[in-house]
Amino acid sequence: MAETPHTVALLETRGLTKRYPGVLALDTVDFTLQPGEVHVLFGENGAGKSTLISVLAGVQPPTAGQVLFSGRPVTLDSVRTARQLGISAVFQEFSLVPTLTVAQNLFLGDEPRKRGLLDLVRLRSGAQRLLEQLDFPIDPGATVAFLSRAEQQMVEIAKAFRGKLSVLILDEPTASLTEKETQRLFSLVERLKSGGVGIVYISHRIQEIRRIGDRVTVLRDGRKIGTVDAKATDEDRLIEMMTGRPIAEIYPKIGFDPGERLLEIRGLRTANVLDASLEVRRHEVVGIAGLVGSGKSELMRAAFGIDDVKAGRILFRGRDTTGLRPKAMLEAGMFYLPPDRKEEGLVMSFTAQANMTLPALRRYPQRRAMGWLSKIAQSQLSERTAERVQLAFRNVMRPVAHLSGGNQQKVLFAKGLVHEVDLFVYDEPTVGVDMGTRSALYLLIKELCEAGAGVVVISSDLPEILHLCHRVYVMRRARLVTELQGAAINEANVLQHFFGEDRAT
Amino acid sequence: MTETPANAGHDEAHERAGPRGVRAILKAIFLKLGVLPFLLAVALVMFTLLSDQFLTSQNVVNLLRQSVYLILVSLGQMLALVTGGFDLSVGTIQAVTSVVSAMAMSALAALYPESAGMAIALGCMAGILAGMAVGVVNGIGIAYVGVTPFIMTLGIQSVGFGVALFLTGGVPVSGIPTAFGEIFGFGTVLGVPVPILITIVCVAGFWLLLDRTALGNYFHAVGGNPKAAVLSGINLRQVLMLAYLLCAGIASLAGLLLTARVESGEANIGGTVALESIAACVIGGVSLRGGMGRVENVVLGAIFIGLVQNGMNLASVGSYLQMVVLGLLLIVAVISDSLRQKYFTRA
Repeated sequence: MAETPHTVALLETRGLTKRYPGVLALDTVDFTLQPGEVHVLFGENGAGKSTLISVLAGVQPPTAGQVLFSGRPVTLDSVRTARQLGISAVFQEFSLVPTLTVAQNLFLGDEPRKRGLLDLVRLRSGAQRLLEQLDFPIDPGATVAFLSRAEQQMVEIAKAFRGKLSVLILDEPTASLTEKETQRLFSLVERLKSGGVGIVYISHRIQEIRRIGDRVTVLRDGRKIGTVDAKATDEDRLIEMMTGRPIAEIYPKIGFDPGERLLEIRGLRTANVLDASLEVRRHEVVGIAGLVGSGKSELMRAAFGIDDVKAGRILFRGRDTTGLRPKAMLEAGMFYLPPDRKEEGLVMSFTAQANMTLPALRRYPQRRAMGWLSKIAQSQLSERTAERVQLAFRNVMRPVAHLSGGNQQKVLFAKGLVHEVDLFVYDEPTVGVDMGTRSALYLLIKELCEAGAGVVVISSDLPEILHLCHRVYVMRRARLVTELQGAAINEANVLQHFFGEDRAT
Repeated sequence: MTETPANAGHDEAHERAGPRGVRAILKAIFLKLGVLPFLLAVALVMFTLLSDQFLTSQNVVNLLRQSVYLILVSLGQMLALVTGGFDLSVGTIQAVTSVVSAMAMSALAALYPESAGMAIALGCMAGILAGMAVGVVNGIGIAYVGVTPFIMTLGIQSVGFGVALFLTGGVPVSGIPTAFGEIFGFGTVLGVPVPILITIVCVAGFWLLLDRTALGNYFHAVGGNPKAAVLSGINLRQVLMLAYLLCAGIASLAGLLLTARVESGEANIGGTVALESIAACVIGGVSLRGGMGRVENVVLGAIFIGLVQNGMNLASVGSYLQMVVLGLLLIVAVISDSLRQKYFTRA
């Protein structure tokens, strides 16, 4: 384990613990940040990274433990206190007010004033100076809602620079940036490093970690697993530390035996997709990868009839299904699992059983003569299905709002198993679920695929794409740009297509 | 290794421009100002055709004088809307103010018949305090207890109206010093009616508040993204509290001016003002989702409502049908707001 010897750490936590009702989000975590260092936090969703940075940024207080700033114990009881020490965080969920201008957002809560009124001149020139200093080409007078995601991200970053800066916390800052913008962010990070600023950096991209990280601290289930040298530690080792098990155990080997062509998309164009053609066959797992906003999700949403098709054709099992609505697509044998289970997937106040059987309610034997629902048939069906997704029986009758993220996702998967389905489309299938659930869901995908179904996995989780899929399509800027197969499915190759021609610049 | 060649893309999906020209200009106007310019154009043309008295200078002054009460309430309503809520109790606030101030004035005038000035001043104060008390209750419920603005102000609307009726027994309160009506109802300074002057001062004040102070920014921030506001160190509860308090204060002022106009304290003085003020705001481009709204547009929105009512009066459309039109206008405005929001979120 690499521990850089240094006299006094810039920021240090000792035995930091955060407990929420029923969850130990942080469990006695010791963490140090040196001046001029990029310290990467690595771990799965729910491992405690976000909790750690929100404590460091003063968003929420720890349950126990200590935070030291330059060797002195400090109480970070508000964002303001943290900022006064020079600790600024750029969160992944933007903390911008979309209806205000860039300048108003940059100085929100800390506006320059003159005789009680806003000093508009200083507000604007201050914002201008801030943006120029960072080399961000953004008009301070523009309304934030009209900026692109990347521009909003830049505003978010610029906000951190409005006061003095000693610790900068970046939560997946490159998630919505192009390669060129990423490059600019990285050179900014380099500049800050040489100025002695310490940087806490959350990222899932292993390449990125190697590119700018100095040390990596891996968290799992709220505990610190270890701190290692960012340049000297290889990918598999990091993933094993993150997951607590060898790679081979997480991703099952799935038999590949492409058969009947289930889905064919030709020259598809929608509001969010410019051009995409693909096919999916039985007995294969097809991945669709791309950055946020690349249109990878919208592509399949159009195939399932959620989004309107403007041009192109969609064929399902040889039949033209262009323009059919989800109800018809479900009946044809296609299942789409939405990425946001709370928003689109589940009725949160319903029990797991009610959610699971919802798609099957119109079918015999749930439906009896005169339209009455059969409770017995429902509970038999739900128990059978719960077993297939490894959902414990005691959870079947509980409202899904009370279930963990992993169990909710199992219920969502179960919705695809209560009727005949030939093609399963999983959009971000493992967002916010624990490792145990993850491998259970992967095993289910293996079982479905080997039993003759076609499976599409749309994912922002690169390892999932790399280790699970037989074939991979990559989307970039609303276009399907490439198809990869076999040995061509590797991180460098996929990432290269994420960014495309931008990479050269 | 199979790789289809990368499709050399020129632009992103959302950068595709629609057909330029008139449609694009109309769309830009719609995004910037909302539905008001279009409605205004339709109304002006229609009423000018329907009645030749509509576009006379006398009618325009008349229209302005009739509109000031709604303008004032709409300013307050706008604060509530900008913070992401609304206030259904503005009518009740007017009623409480009217009744309390009239009762205080007539009681004081009976006790000290020779000092009408003092009776008027104290009566006004009592009325405003009573109206703001309603605002405090709203604010506590919404900001500190966490009741949704809809339920809180709907409930208070009934409570306040009940109290006003209870205090008066349903009968108008008379015995107000005549000077009150002469000054605040019908008086003029340099030829300009006093209610219009007061309204001009209030509009200027609200414009300064919303456009030129940090607090004005905070109202927008709290409505636009409450989480961001908190992360920026803004006291969310305090800002919400202030919004409902100021809303009550200015609604109360409008209630006083109305009382002066009718020269008696009336419990049913603000019957439809909640609906009208929300309509005025939304037509004036204030978003029901919070975070968006400009004072000058709200003033225009309120004048527009006044104009529609005035025009319908001149065209001898009955008051029952006017209610139909008003309700429909509100719905049209809300639909246009959500259309506009769609453009905003897509951008």
